[in-house]
Amino acid sequence: MKHNGKKIYLHKTVLTIGLLFVGFTMLTPLLWMISTSFKPETEVFEFPIRWIPQHSVGWANYKEVWGETYRFGMYYLNSIKVTVLSTILQILISALGAYGFTKIRWKGRDFVFLLYLATMMIPPQVMIISRFVVMRELKLYNTLHGIIIMTMFSTYGVFLLRQAMMGIPDSLCESAKMDGASHFTIFSRICLPLITPSIATLAVLKFVWTWNDYQTPLIFLNDRSLFTIQLGMKQFATESGSIYSLVMAAAVSATLPLILIFLLGQRYIIEGIASGAVKE
Amino acid sequence: MKRAARQQAAIFQKPAVKEQVTGFLFILPGFVGFIAFILIPVAMSLGLSFTEWNFLKGWDGIHFNGLKNYMKLFSDSWFTRSLVNNLLYTGVTIPVLLILGLITAEIINHHCYMGNLIRVLIFIPYIASIVAVCTVWQVMLQPSYGPVNQFLMSIGIENPPRWLVDQKWAIWAIIFINVWTQLGYYVAVYMSGLRNVSKDLYEAAQIDGAGGVQQFWYITIPMVKPTTFFLATMGIISSFKVFDVVSVLTQGGPGNSTSVMAYYIYKTAFQEFKMGYACALAWALFIIIFLVTVFQWKFQSSFSNE
Repeated sequence: MKHNGKKIYLHKTVLTIGLLFVGFTMLTPLLWMISTSFKPETEVFEFPIRWIPQHSVGWANYKEVWGETYRFGMYYLNSIKVTVLSTILQILISALGAYGFTKIRWKGRDFVFLLYLATMMIPPQVMIISRFVVMRELKLYNTLHGIIIMTMFSTYGVFLLRQAMMGIPDSLCESAKMDGASHFTIFSRICLPLITPSIATLAVLKFVWTWNDYQTPLIFLNDRSLFTIQLGMKQFATESGSIYSLVMAAAVSATLPLILIFLLGQRYIIEGIASGAVKE
Repeated sequence: MKRAARQQAAIFQKPAVKEQVTGFLFILPGFVGFIAFILIPVAMSLGLSFTEWNFLKGWDGIHFNGLKNYMKLFSDSWFTRSLVNNLLYTGVTIPVLLILGLITAEIINHHCYMGNLIRVLIFIPYIASIVAVCTVWQVMLQPSYGPVNQFLMSIGIENPPRWLVDQKWAIWAIIFINVWTQLGYYVAVYMSGLRNVSKDLYEAAQIDGAGGVQQFWYITIPMVKPTTFFLATMGIISSFKVFDVVSVLTQGGPGNSTSVMAYYIYKTAFQEFKMGYACALAWALFIIIFLVTVFQWKFQSSFSNE
């Protein structure tokens, strides 16, 4: 018995080491990116790879990327503006919708929801061309608030929070109503606090998706001063693509906030995604 | 008497009307967006798909041309190439991800320590910014000095593939990068699927003397069938929408060797300004995704465990 227990322990250890190796191998490109961002240009392609730079240039590459010429600070600010606002607004709009679809009975409710569901299947490529036309007509093309307005609506967000809202027993809302509470009070005082976990999941996922979104800004923004970090990063790679050490410093700058958010909200992200959240 | 009845009716009706209005007000903010950014665009794009319209010529440039756009599809080499690439891409990435994802999840769940740390490590590429990740790979796969080829040459491979600038290899590099970014997602979903499988089953199998591989084959695989089904259909649908990696790394090149549907639609609409034809392409993409969804509805029941 004892022998058996030890044997299981051994194979588990071997597999743990094996998987840790796989895990770190998968991170190699990202580690290489970080290491290269501190190297002088002449040592970028040194082989065998020197993980700790021999003649580190310190923060010089970062200073250059964030400085006057490449203006990563500006891209950052644009990304933060778009991501934060569209996340907050999407949660508000989705939560209101979720309440309207579950806790109030009104004619046409199920029809509208069915319509929402039906369009979830349509790939964004079908809409993106005419959205472009709509955005131009509404004078929202090439503006940050245009991007925010367009990305704050999501049938998926309504769907996710509706699921959570359905878990709140109707009797709870009914009794509050008996006490004279209005729908808005029930919504903000009773229902919102109860679905906080789902809101957290939606918030973190939406934040990550919007921060990483490349296609939307690519199509709907034209002025460089409005570029988000992903678009700015791509532009930078196209123009200074051969200065690899700078490109890597830029890449680290574009990715780091996401990895930090991920490590902080890891539970919500992985659980949310694992429970079937699908990116639009 | 009449008045009382009317009053009663008013009292009876008023709350119902109020509920109707309140209910609609709650969904209104979202509904406005739904109309402006989903319903109208969908209808418009269907209409546009029957026209020829160079966007630069303005509204007057729209000409109705019936089914011409759709007839043209199969004689368009970029379209057929994109479709074939999408099929190849789907046919390779989905099975590879399913197999690697399930095996990794099984090992993490049952046969190792520090499972959470390993899950986080594998998940990081999925969360990292796709543009940054692509740029890193572009440098790593640089044909003559990049670390990948330097490594291949150092172990004696004399003419390693030129990866992203190589007609034959570029699509495989893209497939590889996508597998690398997506694996964490598959592992995470499988891990939560495995959590629902009763531990008793494994204990019973252990008592009967079944080893780890047998348990995997006879318990895990059948029990996670619904998860596999979910991942496969969702994966197929999203793989037909793949855009970022191709757009950042190759722009469909060299030639059209790495073009995929979503990229070709973008190129047609926003680089060549053929809005009508791009809409027809998008609807062709929709039909493919629609067929996958119908398949999913039809066969969902036979893949559940009940």
